[in-house]
Amino acid sequence: MLIKKGSGIKSSLITSQKQYLKRRQFIKYSLAAVGSLVLDKSQLFAETSESEYAKLPNIIPSSYSTNDKTNSWEHITTYNNFYEFGTSKEDPAENAHSLNPKPWKISIEGHCKNPGEYDVDDLVKNNQLEERVYRLRCVEAWSMVIPWVGIPLKTVLDRAEPTSKAQFVEFVTLLEPKQMQGQNSSVLQWPYLEGLRMDEAMNPLTILAVGLYGRVLPSQNGAPIRLVVPWKYGFKSIKSIVRIRFVEKMPVNTWNVSAPAEYGFYANVNPGVDHPRWSQKKERRLGSFSKKETLLFNGYAEQVGHMYTDLDLKKWF
Amino acid sequence: MKIFKSTVFTAALLPVAYLIFGLVGDKLGANPIETLLHKTGFWTLTFLMITLSVSPVRKLSNWNKIIKFRRMLGLFAFFYACLHFTIYLGLDRQFEWQEIVEDLSKRPYITIGFTALVMLVPLAITSTKGWIRKLGKRWQKLHRLIYVIATAGVVHFWWLVKKDITEPLIFALILSLLMTFRLALLKIKLQAIQK
Ligand code: HEM
Repeated sequence: MLIKKGSGIKSSLITSQKQYLKRRQFIKYSLAAVGSLVLDKSQLFAETSESEYAKLPNIIPSSYSTNDKTNSWEHITTYNNFYEFGTSKEDPAENAHSLNPKPWKISIEGHCKNPGEYDVDDLVKNNQLEERVYRLRCVEAWSMVIPWVGIPLKTVLDRAEPTSKAQFVEFVTLLEPKQMQGQNSSVLQWPYLEGLRMDEAMNPLTILAVGLYGRVLPSQNGAPIRLVVPWKYGFKSIKSIVRIRFVEKMPVNTWNVSAPAEYGFYANVNPGVDHPRWSQKKERRLGSFSKKETLLFNGYAEQVGHMYTDLDLKKWF
Repeated sequence: MKIFKSTVFTAALLPVAYLIFGLVGDKLGANPIETLLHKTGFWTLTFLMITLSVSPVRKLSNWNKIIKFRRMLGLFAFFYACLHFTIYLGLDRQFEWQEIVEDLSKRPYITIGFTALVMLVPLAITSTKGWIRKLGKRWQKLHRLIYVIATAGVVHFWWLVKKDITEPLIFALILSLLMTFRLALLKIKLQAIQK
């Protein structure tokens, strides 16, 4: 083999591959640094690693899952409304590490024959986990598709044997400002409260989610256990639940208390009822450029429509 | 002075550079269109505030040359407002004119934002030396519109946030500080006239 003597450039002037890469990296980081000075750093660096989260065992698929393309782990875990950790979408991914989701007890009480306190680990162990790929439509007119792992809420509620006085179910999030720094601000009333009518709670679509993409739920998504009600706006799907209570009267829910003209108790996804400040006719599916039509009950009318035949959806928005 | 001016010019373009890099590198988060809309809105309002700080800074520091930056800064406010509006029209509403008209007529925060933008247009047009000469005293009067525009911008922001009013509140405080300074100055002038 003939080795040419080179082109006469002094070897000291040639940048080695390693140096070159270093320089590239330096330029990249300086640009990022300048960028983050100019704007906020969170968006450049917010990344969560999927592999850090433990896999959940024995998950079976469900016929309730949609075939829509799922959003990435990254999107689902870095774009969250979870005011307990701050009011911007990036805050929860950055701040939720202060939550301690293990061990976690959830109590089931109120009008039932068999109240009790459950360890979330036991709930996971003792129930069949299902993957439910659901559309999530936020009241702010964006949407995602999320592969939750969970247990039908009905399974858990049935075990408590609710009495005939149980007309509604109330849900309560953890109140612990030391773990949830956002609770030091008075932007909402704490703890976060939500509620469902009994039939809504027992609907087969309603689940208690404990996982995402087959892994345990990241804190910013409501670890260790949260509600998912896919035909209602996202704020109904309360996160990091510590208490479930059977009640007789319609419970209050946090966003309704905060702005009664804008957020109702039912909060069913409905393109026909605009939010006072924006239209609900369309939504932006994150990850895609164009907007799509929003469907009544978020496309789950077949499963849930029968519950609302007598309800004036304009009045009970 | 020249080098100073080009430095400020370049600095004022950094947010756009960041947004373009971010867009190309997919670093604007899960909802890049929203990020673009919010950041350009933020910079419009920020440049309005910076523009309004020029004369207070000048008076307080006696650094008279700073006035030379005012036009450029004001035009940058207009530039970001145009970007913001274009992003709203093209990316956010995707030229759905029916929706846009509905937004403009039904949603007060959009109406007031649009009003602010419309008022910025004559100011941008008459920002040249020629127009300043031509309009004489009336130029100053016309350009007092900037106070209305900045106020409308803050109200726009205030009305659009869902719950956390921290940021619009900060802008409101800055704006009232800048206005207080002018009122104080006016009072001193009036007192001087009365004496
Ligand atoms: C001088 C004029 C304007 C100023 C100073 C301004 C300023 C702002 C600011 C500060 C924000 C919020 C940024 C953030 O959340 O960090 C914003 C958002 C927004 N602006 Fe403007 N804006 C102006 C004109 C307009 C116009 C003309 C329109 C449309 C016709 C418009 C539509 C919007 C929309 C749709 C949002 C986002 C609302 C949301 O996500 O809920 N703005 N603007």
